[in-house]
Amino acid sequence: MLIKVPKKSDISENMVTDQNVYQDRRNILKSMGFFSASALLASPSAKAIDWFSKKEKVFETAPLTHNKAPSFSTDETLTPEQKVISHNNFYEFGTSKSDPIENAQEFKVDPWSMTIEGLVENPITLGYDDLLSSFPLEERIYRLRCVEAWSMVIPWNGFPLASLLNKAKPLGSAKYVAFETLYDPKQMPGQRSRFVGGGIDYPYVEGLRLDEAMHPLTLMSVGLYGKTLPAQNGAPIRLVVPWKYGFKSIKSVVKIKLTDRKPPTTWNILAPREYGFYANVNPKVDHPRWSQARERRITTGGLFSQNRIPTLPFNGYEEVADLYKDLNLRRNY
Amino acid sequence: MSPGRLIWFKVLIHLGALLPLIWTFYLASIDQLGGDPVESLLHFTGISAFNLLLLSLLTSPLAKMLKQAALIKVRRLLGLYAFFYALVHFLSFIFFELQFEWQFLIAEIIDRPYITVGFVALLILFSLALTSTRKSQITLGKKWQALHNWVYLAGILIALHYIWSVKSDILQPVIYWVLLLLVLFMRKDKLDRWLKKRKKNLA
Repeated sequence: MLIKVPKKSDISENMVTDQNVYQDRRNILKSMGFFSASALLASPSAKAIDWFSKKEKVFETAPLTHNKAPSFSTDETLTPEQKVISHNNFYEFGTSKSDPIENAQEFKVDPWSMTIEGLVENPITLGYDDLLSSFPLEERIYRLRCVEAWSMVIPWNGFPLASLLNKAKPLGSAKYVAFETLYDPKQMPGQRSRFVGGGIDYPYVEGLRLDEAMHPLTLMSVGLYGKTLPAQNGAPIRLVVPWKYGFKSIKSVVKIKLTDRKPPTTWNILAPREYGFYANVNPKVDHPRWSQARERRITTGGLFSQNRIPTLPFNGYEEVADLYKDLNLRRNY
Repeated sequence: MSPGRLIWFKVLIHLGALLPLIWTFYLASIDQLGGDPVESLLHFTGISAFNLLLLSLLTSPLAKMLKQAALIKVRRLLGLYAFFYALVHFLSFIFFELQFEWQFLIAEIIDRPYITVGFVALLILFSLALTSTRKSQITLGKKWQALHNWVYLAGILIALHYIWSVKSDILQPVIYWVLLLLVLFMRKDKLDRWLKKRKKNLA
């Protein structure tokens, strides 16, 4: 009979750090504030002289051919590209604004598959190349207003969602469009760990009414600043609805489904009192915890640049007001 | 700890508190503090104030545990820096977030519970900073300790301020709650005594 006598030096099962916790160690330390000083040093400028970190894989973007669409574009000062690609809410890659650019560099987008399904006559599946080549690409310079009361001006490259939906031919019974982000915990640390992903149930889902989805302003974006989308901005394809708060503009889309019922949406599930289905930009309806009357526009200039401006109804895209003429916007926030 | 060492320790605290703040303001002013320097600055000053407050609350239990009575002598310094960071946090909110739209300030303090509790905590820290001198300690006598016990309430309000301010990523605020409850738990005896006294007064 084999009798196993544990040695004093043996490690018992309960002494082993759980793998999830171990792999999360940087985030746990970071969240305890231990890294705050080093994080400051790791600002973009300091990274150029960071000799000690190993060469990591960099997510590559490629130039896109596109036409300008001036009638859809604003001529306000652009947010610098560096800021557009380094200040992101993409909780799949971490909740801090600087996490996505750090954690999404190894994200794989080719091959990709995006389906248009549900109440359509002609279901479609688009592969990576199809996303970039099926429709003529336009440049549209849109304002982006985050629900957190900051905003940017971004030159997107993409095509109207309506072009895609028309190709799929929605049935008469279709009333809503549901969107879904890729679910791939292996690639997305926020989906692996609730600590990294901000306690959201993944995959991230969003939705629009069909008439909102068909509006000419509603864009499927495959690029920004004339190049394919960086991973942290929602590569390879994302929605852009410029008159709604940014969280409606779902990233890295794999599924578009037409339905007859109002689809569930991620932030609404998480905090229904704070985030509604419509989420139209509205200076008169505050977030329960902060004001939406003003926004800070992120452009150039540091701390001392005066960038606080009034927020406009529908983020200044008044042409969509007709969509909501029978709707109480205070109740349907 | 010898008096000489204590001085060096204090110098270290001064440097440790001031240099990161100066560096952060410098980076923010040249737009090298992330995409939104205002958000980064508010976060940095807020978290640092909380860190310093926790450190100041840790000094007396630590002094007891390590039998280093001299450690108590840095408590006031840490507490004052906690107030200083909280003040810079508040002023940064007015200067850089509200950008001097004063009518919003009053409304925000009244309407937004997380700002209300943060502001009350700041007022408490302010009154403690004002009465932090040896002279006040003598003039206030017994009342001084009663007044400075309000620091525990300030800690709780700051932890509330933090957890109410985030969207859904509550991990970090929860860790801070745990740390706060830990330093409060180290004062269990004090709480017991206080509760007993209240009971006696009521009976």
